[in-house]
Amino acid sequence: MTTLNTEPDAPVPVGIEANKVRGGPPRSEVLRKDKWWIQPLAIFTGLFAFIVYATWAALRNGHFYAGNVGRDYLSPFYSPCLTNSCTNNGYAWSDWSWWRLSPAIPILIFPLSFRLSCYYYRKSYYRSFWLSPPSCAVPDAGSTKAGGPRSKYSGETKFPLILQNIHRYTWYFAVIFAGILTFDAIAAFRFPNGIGMGLGTLIFVVNACLIWAYTLGCHSCRHLCGGGLRKFSASPSRHFVWKNFVSKLNEHHQLFAWLSLFWIAFADFYTWLVSTGAIHDPRFF
Amino acid sequence: MSDTPTQTSTGDTNSQKKVTLKIWRGDAGGGQFVDYTLDYLDGEVVLDVVHRVQSEQAPDLGVRWNCKAGKCGSCSSEINGKPSLMCMTRMSTLDIEKPITVSPMRTFPIIKDLVTDVSFNFEVAKKIPALRPKPREKDGTYRMAQIDIARGQEFRKCIECFLCQNVCHVIRDHEDNKAHFAGPRFLMRIAELEMHPLDTLDRRHYAFDVMGVGYCNITKCCTEVCPEHIHITDNAIIPLKERVVDARFDPVAWLGRTIMRKPKPMSSEEVAKVTPAARQNQT
Amino acid sequence: MDTIETHYFDVLIIGAGGAGLRAAVEANAMGAKTAIVCKSLLGKAHTVMAEGGVAAALGNVWPEDNWKVHFRDTMRGGKMLNNWRMAQLHAQEAPDRVMELEDWGALFDRTSDGRILQRDFGGHRYARLAHVGDRTGLELLRTLQHRSVDQSVEVFMECKIFRLLQDDNGNVNGALGLWRENGKFVAFGAKSIVICSGGIGKIWKITSNSWESTADGQALALWTGADLIDMEFVQFHPTGMVWPPSARGILVTEGVRGDGGILKNKNQERFMFNYIPPFYAKETADTIEEGDQWYDNKKDFRRPPELLPRDEVARAINAEIKAGRGSPHGGVYLDICSRRSPEYIQRRLPSMYHQFKELADVDITKEPMEIGPTCHYVMGGIRVDAETTATSVPGLFAAGEAAGGMHGSNRLGGNSLSDLLVFGKRAGEYAVRYATDHSSDSKVSMSLINDHIKTALAPFERENGISPYELHHELQDTMQSLAGIIRTESELAEATEKLPVLKEKLQKVAVEGNRQFNPGWHMALDLESMLDIAACNVISALERKESRGGHTRNDYPQSDPDHFGKVNMVTNMGNDGAIGLRQEPLPEMPDELKVLFEEGK
Ligand SMILES: Cc1cc2nc3c(=O)[nH]c(=O)nc-3n(C[C@H](O)[C@H](O)[C@H](O)COP(=O)(O)OP(=O)(O)OC[C@H]3O[C@@H](n4cnc5c(N)ncnc54)[C@H](O)[C@@H]3O)c2cc1C
Ligand code: SF4
Ligand code: SF4
Ligand code: FES
Ligand code: FES
Repeated sequence: MTTLNTEPDAPVPVGIEANKVRGGPPRSEVLRKDKWWIQPLAIFTGLFAFIVYATWAALRNGHFYAGNVGRDYLSPFYSPCLTNSCTNNGYAWSDWSWWRLSPAIPILIFPLSFRLSCYYYRKSYYRSFWLSPPSCAVPDAGSTKAGGPRSKYSGETKFPLILQNIHRYTWYFAVIFAGILTFDAIAAFRFPNGIGMGLGTLIFVVNACLIWAYTLGCHSCRHLCGGGLRKFSASPSRHFVWKNFVSKLNEHHQLFAWLSLFWIAFADFYTWLVSTGAIHDPRFF
Repeated sequence: MSDTPTQTSTGDTNSQKKVTLKIWRGDAGGGQFVDYTLDYLDGEVVLDVVHRVQSEQAPDLGVRWNCKAGKCGSCSSEINGKPSLMCMTRMSTLDIEKPITVSPMRTFPIIKDLVTDVSFNFEVAKKIPALRPKPREKDGTYRMAQIDIARGQEFRKCIECFLCQNVCHVIRDHEDNKAHFAGPRFLMRIAELEMHPLDTLDRRHYAFDVMGVGYCNITKCCTEVCPEHIHITDNAIIPLKERVVDARFDPVAWLGRTIMRKPKPMSSEEVAKVTPAARQNQT
Repeated sequence: MDTIETHYFDVLIIGAGGAGLRAAVEANAMGAKTAIVCKSLLGKAHTVMAEGGVAAALGNVWPEDNWKVHFRDTMRGGKMLNNWRMAQLHAQEAPDRVMELEDWGALFDRTSDGRILQRDFGGHRYARLAHVGDRTGLELLRTLQHRSVDQSVEVFMECKIFRLLQDDNGNVNGALGLWRENGKFVAFGAKSIVICSGGIGKIWKITSNSWESTADGQALALWTGADLIDMEFVQFHPTGMVWPPSARGILVTEGVRGDGGILKNKNQERFMFNYIPPFYAKETADTIEEGDQWYDNKKDFRRPPELLPRDEVARAINAEIKAGRGSPHGGVYLDICSRRSPEYIQRRLPSMYHQFKELADVDITKEPMEIGPTCHYVMGGIRVDAETTATSVPGLFAAGEAAGGMHGSNRLGGNSLSDLLVFGKRAGEYAVRYATDHSSDSKVSMSLINDHIKTALAPFERENGISPYELHHELQDTMQSLAGIIRTESELAEATEKLPVLKEKLQKVAVEGNRQFNPGWHMALDLESMLDIAACNVISALERKESRGGHTRNDYPQSDPDHFGKVNMVTNMGNDGAIGLRQEPLPEMPDELKVLFEEGK
């Protein structure tokens, strides 16, 4: 009779239909009056646009390197340079001449798995693609139908989503990739007649910075660099890094996720433009 | 909406601005929105208006509140569909030209009107393995550095309004998950204990197996509604997920523990034994 | 009705605030079958609202501090009317009570060497308040809540106790409650009962108290024949919000002044310097320069008058407003923005920042706050034995704000939370001892219960009666205007005539709707308690012809050390239901403690 004695293990109906279980306003009715659908829609559009672009860019398998016009610009979609197609300055990483598909495919698996398992991107695609939930206080898609295919929800407890837990391994690779892109940014200063700088160089430098800002703001990184400690006072330097550096970046992780995503596509696009000769890369010095 | 019952405060009908509240009235057996139209006074919060409805038009309107200052977490409800504290939602932030809906929290069974049965939360609280501190210093004190408790202090701002529990789709939209998902407020409590500088228990497996941290898909609605602006997801749940990874998903961490002969993470069964829920079941 | 839900316990605790939870933790640890009943949900009690801190002479910031200094401060703050033994036990035991909270998970702010940090508060000679930002009460309550949950103490939430039951010998042996949720009744049999039901603030109109503070515990004790003590002493906190109207009365923590906030009138004058009473002149700065230096150098300078005890500050503010020097909404200004950096304010006073921002749309880092006195705390309460917290009724104990004596005529900030811990623990302990020694069977009489239930349900039978809300407003208006912060003979006399009229009206109160979660009905029941306790307050106030602490008489502005300074007002209820009053001499303090108050010490 006390309000405390509910039985947590008592069988409960699956799915929350109408007012059967709890009473109150009908569950299918969304009471929010603001335009709650704008955000998921915008994120959907943004991510979808990127997917479309990335597919094109990855399958293009050409004009990803601007060496043909005297610029050491290598598209981030194709970095590191696996084939010998970017050798005019002699820095191909390997010679995969046996590889018949676009070299972007084996490369992109790494950043893709990193971003797919990123806590921020998980939030955004769970919300805007999987509609679980589309927005706060808006029912999960399909949840108001008892017995329906989506009336049950297991989150990240089962295969395949339980794999999200290996995010930190994708991060280890992401650090390597951030290093490679940094190398590319430095390489972009190389001009046939020595050191120089073009608009593309600037784009690649910004690209590397954004990638680092995104990669180092990662939640797994935050955990590994010090967040996992119980007692900060025993490791002051790790606390310093955690507090003043990684946590600061982490606060803006969403921002850097988008900026870096956009910029990678932009850097690729710019490389394509320059390499095809569609535009001329202005040189600053 | 022609069948919506309506009540209007009698008395002067001068140029005073009016506002209409659509309040859910009903109990477990059913209910409906009822419109109440009354004067709008400057500086009021939603709870004030609800109270005026209560004293002027509907004396038996059920509503919980205590402090009227956002400190006790009693007046949780959904205002225009958004989980909010009634005492901290100023009328001036709402569009008073349109009716304002005030409805009970959806995740918990309704008792009456705006009052819901939140006992789920008190049941979950019994599954928390409490702090097990290490011994005190020789001088009889505990020494803790401010930097070591700052994280816990953020979580302890929680006023237990249960708005995060209410908004979390894991249980809001899937009643059956209540049996194995603790909800953000209590995952945060586990995180707090796991970050406590004096604690000696290890609740990582327990967090996954019993508290169900894996059900959270970090969509952050809990953080969005928290009136204390606690970063529930970023600072508590995700760090907890990462700790769980250390204990059960990371082969390198496992290898490290094995080589360094570090103690194994505590099993959920072992930890479950020290919870009040387990002790209650024994007796 | 012949059957009623019934539960039996060794110890029943009424109230889940700091005092009730601490009592429960103790009783449970001693092996007694313990239960708590509370009117709202677990964890919502008034204690969560306490802000500033909990006073305990830990000596972490000032090694000079010890229980004797704390004891002296407490007695002086209470204008020597405190029960000296309670004040002594309180000062001696508070440090241990605070430290043991850390075993259960409390995270107080720390000193640089990792101990509990302490802050300054009015009336305390040294920085003494252990705190967590400005949400200390929440920390304390949550810690005790977690502890009691861990111990599996049984909790009955949203259940109002409205009658105590006694056996033929007058021993308390049970209580009758009402589930707010469904309006059903429930009986508790218990060998001993502890009242920890908090304050009485809802009797006044402008108050920092929540709906729960309706004097239930005091009334329950009164009705069973227990003595109440010092009921005239009600603390009006100097700084409550005055605008917007809906936020009127909500507390602004004393921490604002402790951290550098100052009081100004509409002419921007720092008026507190004009109100330093001789009693405190020696330890209070008399120039602005000296006051300002104190914040950084507490050794060589005296504290600014903004940090005088609450009664002094409240009276000064009241006088300024009456003299027409108030702010637009009828308060005065509390200014911290011109004195501290925005970062400092946000770090030290986060919930004040939050509260003003969200409720009044005022940014306290940029603008001064408007504040005025608000009813806050009752020093008086159920008369208890200092060691055991036993009331004058066998089997009945009381602790926390519901009990009287500890704070004399005025409570120092931070002394309540420590009071809850010290006497909550004692109450739990001695209630268990009583329950063990008195193995009387706790059968509860059904016919009596049925009578009580009938009375409680009466308002449903009446038609076209008075609304309980209206009657409550009438009571609040009466008390605010006739027995508020400044009192006079004629007004108090008027109140003594008015209250019986209101009590008559209570018999005509009608409620609508059904018994399910019906706030109107609950209010009707709360009014029973409030009306009787308001009467105790007014009668005692009329009798005390002097000004002292929380009791200010316009017609007797001075304190009277020769007579009233030596007596307590004791009220109780006769068999006829009339409230009687007698003066009783204060218990005599032993010489070794008297020494502490001699000149120069
Ligand atoms: C805004 C504010 C700030 C404060 N700041 C401080 C501070 O900084 N430092 C300090 O020391 N003190 C402070 N105080 C004072 C202090 O918080 C209170 O005096 C103290 O919390 C009272 O605790 P309590 O345990 O006696 O009762 P409460 O915490 O008031 O609890 C009362 C309990 O009794 C229950 N109850 C009441 N009637 C019944 C009934 N009929 N049946 C069943 N249950 C019942 C209630 O549900 C509740 O659980 C402050 C007070 C306020 C209002
Ligand atoms: S972030 Fe996780 S816990 Fe929070 S609301 Fe979303 S699913 Fe629930
Ligand atoms: S974490 Fe925030 S939203 Fe959740 S119960 Fe606590 S205060 Fe409320
Ligand atoms: S959390 Fe986003 S990259 Fe790891
Ligand atoms: S009434 Fe306490 S939070 Fe709203």
